[in-house]
Amino acid sequence: MGFFFEVLIGGLLSGVLYALVALGFVLIYKASGVFNFAQGAMVFFAALTFVGFQEVLPGWTGLEPGSIAVFWMAFVLALASMVVLGILTEKVVLRPLVNQPHITLFMATIGLTFLVEGIAQAIWGNHVRGLDLGIADEPIEWVLDSADIIVSKFDVFAATLAGILVASLALFFQYTKVGRALRAVADDHQAALSIGIPLQHIWAIVWAVAGFVALVAGLIWGARSGVQFALTFTALKALPVLILGGFTSVPGAIVGGLIIGASEKLAEVYIGPFVGGGIEGWFPYMLALLFLLVRPEGLFGEKHIDRV
Amino acid sequence: MLYREAGQFKASYQEDQQIFPIRQDRIGMAVILAFFFLAVPMLASQYWLQAILIPVLIFSLAAIGLNILTGYAGQLSLGSAAFMAVGAFGAYNFILRIDGMPFLVGVLLGGLSAAAVGVAFGLPSLRIKGFYLAVATLAAQFFIVWALVKFPWFSNNSSSGVITAQQIEILGFAFNTPESKYLLTLAIVTVLAFVAKNLVRSTTGRSWMAVRDMDVAAEVIGIRPMRAKLSAFAVSSFYCGVAGALYAYTYLGTVEPEGFSLDLSFRILFMIIIGGVGSIMGSFLGAAFIVLLPIFLNVGMHAVFGSAMPAGMASNLELIIFGGLIIFFLIVEPHGLARLWQLAKDKLRLWPFPH
Repeated sequence: MGFFFEVLIGGLLSGVLYALVALGFVLIYKASGVFNFAQGAMVFFAALTFVGFQEVLPGWTGLEPGSIAVFWMAFVLALASMVVLGILTEKVVLRPLVNQPHITLFMATIGLTFLVEGIAQAIWGNHVRGLDLGIADEPIEWVLDSADIIVSKFDVFAATLAGILVASLALFFQYTKVGRALRAVADDHQAALSIGIPLQHIWAIVWAVAGFVALVAGLIWGARSGVQFALTFTALKALPVLILGGFTSVPGAIVGGLIIGASEKLAEVYIGPFVGGGIEGWFPYMLALLFLLVRPEGLFGEKHIDRV
Repeated sequence: MLYREAGQFKASYQEDQQIFPIRQDRIGMAVILAFFFLAVPMLASQYWLQAILIPVLIFSLAAIGLNILTGYAGQLSLGSAAFMAVGAFGAYNFILRIDGMPFLVGVLLGGLSAAAVGVAFGLPSLRIKGFYLAVATLAAQFFIVWALVKFPWFSNNSSSGVITAQQIEILGFAFNTPESKYLLTLAIVTVLAFVAKNLVRSTTGRSWMAVRDMDVAAEVIGIRPMRAKLSAFAVSSFYCGVAGALYAYTYLGTVEPEGFSLDLSFRILFMIIIGGVGSIMGSFLGAAFIVLLPIFLNVGMHAVFGSAMPAGMASNLELIIFGGLIIFFLIVEPHGLARLWQLAKDKLRLWPFPH
């Protein structure tokens, strides 16, 4: 039974990471109706930029490599790059495409994916880098002693960070003026425009916030498995999370992420051996697909009513 | 002055419904076909035939397949490479396991198995739409590649699923030179392209377009969405499957399931975006563009940087230029190269007068 829980907890915690990526998708989809395929690339870009700055900053400023100051400066610079990237995306890619069909916007974000991946690697190079957040990836001793289950400190840290992020986003949406404007835009573009909410500012803000979420996700992912191109494929796993949770729901992204993470690990361990293993790669998609057959709008998605 | 339909009267329904109603179009098409069937095999070098023209033709076919599904029936798919893989491995197994299986029948059966798989993965499209469906087709992409790697039966127990295509032989004639392979590919692609061109003007094609434009409205006027969507999935996957079989047999010779990755699916999607969504002609233009672009980039960058070019930089630049071009095309000309072709034709009709 201990093994089962270990797999379950490991899965749930990797689900947290999927949820973080999915969260970025949901924010943008809610506010602007754009299905941002480039979110995975943004996560990669953010992580690479952070690591890149961490490498070059000591040389520029004479600070000691690996010090707290370098960490925070790299964080701030990476965050600034993400904000700039988000605003540029809104201005250069999306604004000219306003009123185009959704499918066109979606394809534009696929183009953006390639562009962002190419730029990130052109600036910072192609090699795999390690990322150290200063949290050791080792089991928590008292849990190991009392329940005989291995729970990594790092995973708990990641989950806590994700929890704080989601909570602060929820507070931001609920209680700030900008947050309220964001929700208004998400509800109805035209109504929001008519009461004087500047739509394009809001979109720029949403892209910047999504960039921030991407940075957090990128840091955690990168610390876990190294900053490398494969990050963009892992980020694709956020897509089944989205369809499971519904495109428009923040809680859906979280719950969907947990379900996908846990079920893929459990399936790999308990079903995998019967069919030759490696089913982690497609199981989430199949699960999401089967789920959609029952509930086409996802767990928490808004029910879609067709009108002619 | 040369390209004008004035004076060409349609006296019967048959004439009115020709594929190319303008005489100059018919002549032009005949010239193009004659050029590619007769002149190109004589003029082009082996490198051009094997490394450029054959892949362009094969990807055109795959792009037509995706265009049928996405451009005409409006169902976004990110799994076209997987259906190509089904076609390639299907044809391989039919030819391998059934004695005396003719090559063309094997390719056809490969295409049909892709169509069957396509219908199976198209079933969710009856319930789900748009982006949800796009994500669902990713399931096909990952599952099929996984299955081809994991079950050694598909690749006749070869290591890591690599298959080596058998010798192509039709009625005792062995296709082993680039010229003969090129002509074979060209013949198959031409036939299928004409079939597609006709199909999209038929009842089936019009029902696809009705479903694309608004499926509830299409249902109201008596089109069965189920039949339209599933037939689009079947035909599209068939085209992709045949393209996949040709990819294995006439282009590469040796393929592995991992070669049909998500990246290839995206590449085919880019072909139809750049070529023109909802256009058969555009599929050819887009495929040619996407196949040629990296080659020209490579040549261009070598000319500019010489051999001092860092190794990874070329692929990064390719990514940047690809992505940039996609966005550029979507903003400037959402209907792709096919639209430019159309505009050129419209201008030509009036030339040399401005109006």
